Amino acid sequence: MELKEEQSQNGSASAGSVPPLRRIVVESETVPIRVGDYAGPPDPNYGREPWQMAAGNDAEPVWIEERMRTEDLSIAYGDKRAVKDVSIEVNSGEVLALIGPSGCGKTTLLRSLNRLVELTPAAKRTGRIILDNQSVDEFDVTQLRSRVGMLFQQPNPFPMSIFDNVAYGLRERGSKKPRRKQLEPIVVDALERAGLWDEVSSNLNHPALALSGGQQQRLCIARSLAVSPEVLLLDEPCSALDPISTSIIEDTIVELKSEVAIVIVTHNLQQAARIGDRVAFMYLGDMVEQGAAGQVFGAPREERTQEYVGGGFG
Amino acid sequence: MSVDVRTAAPGPRPGPKRDSRPPSRGHGSPAPIRHETGWSIGDRIGLVAAWCCGISLCVVAAAIVLFMAAKGLQFLHLDMLTSSPQASLDQSQTGGFLDPLEGTLLLTIIGIVIAVPVGVAIAVWLTEYGRPSGLARLVESGVEIVAGTPSIVLAIFGLLVFQQSFMGFLSFTAEGGAVFGRSFIVAGIMMALIALPLVIGSTREALNTIPRHVREASYALGKDKASTIRRVLLPSARSGIATGATLGMGRICGDTAIVVILLGASMQTTPESGPFGLLRGTGSTLTSYVYNNSPAGEGNAPEKAYAAAFVLLIIVILLNFVVGLIGKRNKPQWN
Repeated sequence: MELKEEQSQNGSASAGSVPPLRRIVVESETVPIRVGDYAGPPDPNYGREPWQMAAGNDAEPVWIEERMRTEDLSIAYGDKRAVKDVSIEVNSGEVLALIGPSGCGKTTLLRSLNRLVELTPAAKRTGRIILDNQSVDEFDVTQLRSRVGMLFQQPNPFPMSIFDNVAYGLRERGSKKPRRKQLEPIVVDALERAGLWDEVSSNLNHPALALSGGQQQRLCIARSLAVSPEVLLLDEPCSALDPISTSIIEDTIVELKSEVAIVIVTHNLQQAARIGDRVAFMYLGDMVEQGAAGQVFGAPREERTQEYVGGGFG
Repeated sequence: MSVDVRTAAPGPRPGPKRDSRPPSRGHGSPAPIRHETGWSIGDRIGLVAAWCCGISLCVVAAAIVLFMAAKGLQFLHLDMLTSSPQASLDQSQTGGFLDPLEGTLLLTIIGIVIAVPVGVAIAVWLTEYGRPSGLARLVESGVEIVAGTPSIVLAIFGLLVFQQSFMGFLSFTAEGGAVFGRSFIVAGIMMALIALPLVIGSTREALNTIPRHVREASYALGKDKASTIRRVLLPSARSGIATGATLGMGRICGDTAIVVILLGASMQTTPESGPFGLLRGTGSTLTSYVYNNSPAGEGNAPEKAYAAAFVLLIIVILLNFVVGLIGKRNKPQWN
């Protein structure tokens, strides 16, 4: 591939006043550039191993460390196998984006990480899920879920005040009831990290359901952060939001990744490309391909991935 | 070709056709005839009939209220609300209906205080647990049977149960050991059965409208089911519970059979001696007062019956108004 700069031919007529037009011509025989190809920024981590340093475009370098992993995880609803032998790592310091067409098992995979899938009576799991070198089955389920937080498609604050929403997970944890004064610093910190503090600092006692959809979703992030999780699972958190709220949430997610390992399920490939450091493509329950975002979108190894990210199906 | 927006809009519309041009349809299929001619004659008749039915119901409701208001205001005096009924052949000496008014209030409170916790508990079990499913179906049919039983049957059944000697502590026991089986608490317990299906239905509906992801959000924060129900679901269902309770109160206020059979025949509130004497005593309510004073009863004082009936109607209308108010506010809305 070769880039050539050309002077515009008709630039001479108005040479004095307007700078001549420049055109970049791509000359290539082997890789044709098609409409729909991923044309985002090159990933600086492309080719590096996951435990190596990952750096955003101009972000501070973050240490990548494994938080969770699944080993040959399969989940079946009755006879239907929704997730088939998936092994994947969730690392702190990066955003793992799960992509794939509807019904491919990404949400089931996500919900298995905090054992929420167990709420479905027909669901059966085989394979192991490890959190900090310990199987999730060894944890008390309430303790596991406070270490692995989750955000849902629809913003779902509880019908109580903004303060009580964020403090919800902190209350009734021990035998002693914490006072509001003790909870306040944690609540304020969680709201700040979720990027909502400036908007709600003066009305913490207002009902949470009066907030806008985007604010509600950030409140739900704050609610999860308040119990200081190590992993945050996001299930299409922006699908019910407008583009501006979406971009605010995305910024929040990128800021949070240095503190919390983040797994996001998304149907939006642009979103996966924007915020995902690592991308995993699932299809019909199989983990087809996983790798650095630039690699999966720029040079997918599998044909199915190529078709999906190229808009072939989905 | 420029397309008239009105013609291009989908669906039939009433009234004469507005545009003689054939509507533009993208797929080349012929335009349906209905689109050209508006509603068919059958549809028009149906619409008019439905409209008439609605209006005539309004007329009936207005007639009841206006008739009762006219009669009630004609005979109602303020001193009726503040004086007790007296036994006298002279109609001017029979007093007012303070005791029945208090009786209605007391019975409604007893009934609803029993019905709300029991009803909410049943509704929560049915919606949030409901296992084994056979047992849940059994409970559901139980609720339906109680809801469908006429209150006079409930009353007779209540008399049967509460006249047993081991139930003697709930009512007056005669010297020979016979249990009277009639008291405010006995009537209140049976009234609770009337209100129960309404509380259960309304609470279940409220719980069912809470999206699943709201429950899951609570579980995902490390909360167990009990704590989720207490801290999230019940507060969210508050307005539904209140609606059910208010509807139940309306039913209790209006029920006559249970009062006539299970509250004793005394027009005046007559407490028993001992602790909780009032609850174990007998009395009357507005419904039994209306019944007794109407030509069907013993009193034969229709003007007092009208006045009491008017007060009762106002109470029930107010309760319905409260139901509307509760329904409008405090209802959490998720997407």
